[in-house]
Amino acid sequence: METVKRYFRSPAAVVGLFLLLVVVAMAISAGWLYPNDPLSLAGRPLIWPFSNPRFLLGTDNSGRDIAAQIFYGARISLLIGGVATLIAVVIGVLIGAFAGYYGGWVDTLLMRITEAFQTLPNFVLLLVLVAVFGSTLTTVTIAVGIVSWPAPARLTRAEFMSLRNREFVQAGRTLGMKDIQLILGEILPNALPPVIVYASVVMAVSILLESALAFLRLSDPNVASWGNLIGLGRDVLRVQWYVSAIPGIAILLTVLAVSLVGQGLNDALNPRLKSR
Amino acid sequence: MSDTILTVEDLSVKLPKGADRSHALGGVSLSIAADEIVCVVGESGSGKSVMANAVMRLLPPEVAIAGGRVLFEGKDLASAGNAEMRKVRGAGIAMIFQEPMTALNPLRTIGDQIGEMFEIHTELSKKDIKARVLALLQDVRIPEPAQAARAYPHELSGGQRQRAMIAMALALDPRLLIADEPTTALDVTTQAQILKLIRELQKRRKTAVLFITHDFGVVAEIADRVVVMQHGQVVEQGPVQDMLHAPQHPYTQQLIAAVPPLTAPPPRTLNADHILTLENVSKTYRNGGFLGRGARVTHAVKSVSLNLPRGATLGIVGESGSGKSTLARCIVRLIDPDGGAIVLEGKDWAKLSRDEVRRETKHIQMVFQDPFASLNPRRKAGDLVAQGPIVHGVPRAQAWAEAQELFRLVGLDPSAMDRLPHEFSGGQRQRIGLARALALKPDVLVADEAVSALDVSVQAQVLKMLHELRERLGLSIVFITHDLRVAAQICDLVAVMKDGEVVEHGLAGEVFGNPQHAYTQALLASIPGGDFTRSKKPVTV
Repeated sequence: METVKRYFRSPAAVVGLFLLLVVVAMAISAGWLYPNDPLSLAGRPLIWPFSNPRFLLGTDNSGRDIAAQIFYGARISLLIGGVATLIAVVIGVLIGAFAGYYGGWVDTLLMRITEAFQTLPNFVLLLVLVAVFGSTLTTVTIAVGIVSWPAPARLTRAEFMSLRNREFVQAGRTLGMKDIQLILGEILPNALPPVIVYASVVMAVSILLESALAFLRLSDPNVASWGNLIGLGRDVLRVQWYVSAIPGIAILLTVLAVSLVGQGLNDALNPRLKSR
Repeated sequence: MSDTILTVEDLSVKLPKGADRSHALGGVSLSIAADEIVCVVGESGSGKSVMANAVMRLLPPEVAIAGGRVLFEGKDLASAGNAEMRKVRGAGIAMIFQEPMTALNPLRTIGDQIGEMFEIHTELSKKDIKARVLALLQDVRIPEPAQAARAYPHELSGGQRQRAMIAMALALDPRLLIADEPTTALDVTTQAQILKLIRELQKRRKTAVLFITHDFGVVAEIADRVVVMQHGQVVEQGPVQDMLHAPQHPYTQQLIAAVPPLTAPPPRTLNADHILTLENVSKTYRNGGFLGRGARVTHAVKSVSLNLPRGATLGIVGESGSGKSTLARCIVRLIDPDGGAIVLEGKDWAKLSRDEVRRETKHIQMVFQDPFASLNPRRKAGDLVAQGPIVHGVPRAQAWAEAQELFRLVGLDPSAMDRLPHEFSGGQRQRIGLARALALKPDVLVADEAVSALDVSVQAQVLKMLHELRERLGLSIVFITHDLRVAAQICDLVAVMKDGEVVEHGLAGEVFGNPQHAYTQALLASIPGGDFTRSKKPVTV
């Protein structure tokens, strides 16, 4: 309750939450506002925004409704952002927890693997994964998740290393708890807040990664995603710049919303850090 | 008093909204004259540190002076500007803090940091500054001053760091020195040296000292006058002898009564049967080095052999680094000893596998030092206590019912079981920790500095409770502490540890009354206010 109150005390966090709710509302209402397939032909190609009341945000180079694609694109961005973040955080927390708790050779092994992933640029690894496994929505989401786990893993490991020798963990051990009970029941709940905050960064980056992939026309072409729309608009960028700019703004606002919410969570969960 | 240096008049300090009280200080008045040591005594939360920080105007941003005056050399510091305050700090009023490690900058040498005082406040040349720094370090009697000036804080011991802090504080010959619990983090022998040093320097330089402490032993050792604070108010002040021997205010009387006396209560008859036997227990740490070459080897515990009779309390006393905590952790197998036997009820505990330890752990339980760190902040108090039995297969409802009983046993209201640890006070948390350890119905309880983090009055209550529980439940206790006064109160047997070895052990009355080993004698002689605490009658807790 205290945390919720602290969260709403920050105007930036409230704005972020509002923006995020708008994006969620767009995703939910897409099917109801635009019952037709957003990728089907709707009208004349390249109508400028606000010039035709039927196509409020105009049409793209193949005559598809941009507004419909933006609404449906919100679904894809949230889906990829959410699921990829979940994958990254679950892998990261598991690896970080074991490395941090056990230390020694377990830590060395797991951290070398993590470093192997970290030394490769995220995006290059993502390209390789998509090139090998194909670019359907599922593979893209999983691939984004797989390239994003090292940072949460390192964060979790650091938290576990500082928590594992606390007296309350030792107390649990003297009570006769098993390692898994100590990891999941005692340490993890205390290690989670910074990881949750960091998850917002992972989510923002996931959305950007998918867009970048789509911009290179390597994402799933059969879904209406913001990145795909930007990729399409590339061909007419110099004259009909709005085709790329509108989804670009949508991405900007979503990433901003997620980051503001993350910052707000950080301040709400770690109140002492903020007052300085 | 002649030549008053500092006068605090009706000072009040406001706390931010939502704090446990509206004012940290409510109308505090006191004065300090030159060449005088005034001790401000009080328990945690009494506002004594806030008072010191208010004088220096070093309060946190949300905390503000609400009224009153702080007169120093005719100026009112409560309303002085920041530039004016900067001139006063260091040159007029200097301060030393509790923890010298965090008060010193770890990235700069000691000499540099002391020299900075001269750089900021004077026009001295580099060479002069260097000479002055060296003279100061000699003054505070740091061994090898030239070398210490070049050392970084981590290269000095705690006592040497505190000496360096004192050198820094006295660099500009301030008229007033504020010392905020300067010896609390130090070992008892080091504390005695530092107290002597402060007293000596103060006499020579005629400095006024505002000395903040929670320990009446320290007061007896150093004070000229005493100010007792409670809940942000001065309840009593007066000359030290009057305060110690004829306190007027009930709170002062209560505080002085709670000071543990150094004389042990009459010995009880001990059981001939030993419940726990340690034989040659050793633990060695190795770190660094490659394939065993150049490694640093620390013998934390060297071949310790001790017996604990059934139903008795064995005190293990020693200074930091003596290995007493490592020994305690070996006994409960949080640390695996390298060698030796730990025989509990006929079973060699040191040789059990991890799984066996987990199953047998209900026979031996531990109470930890820090009441804030030893409870998982995200679990309810009731859960914390019920946890142990649940792990060992007791059904949840039954464990919860037992936890209720335990809450009553340790003097807590069972209706508080739904609350989280941060809603309890330090003493209450320590009771929860004790209830958690007792939930498994252990035969042996290992208490590692279990009362060290508590205020004296709370300490006395917890000790009394331990005493009662020992009788009622037939517990045998291993009691680890650095405080000999506490050990004298509760222990039947005492073992004194130094550098991993037991240098002397025997009945508490004999060890304290007639110490044989030179180290035990030194420890006993270092206890602050020794005569005062020895003069007190042993209380039968």
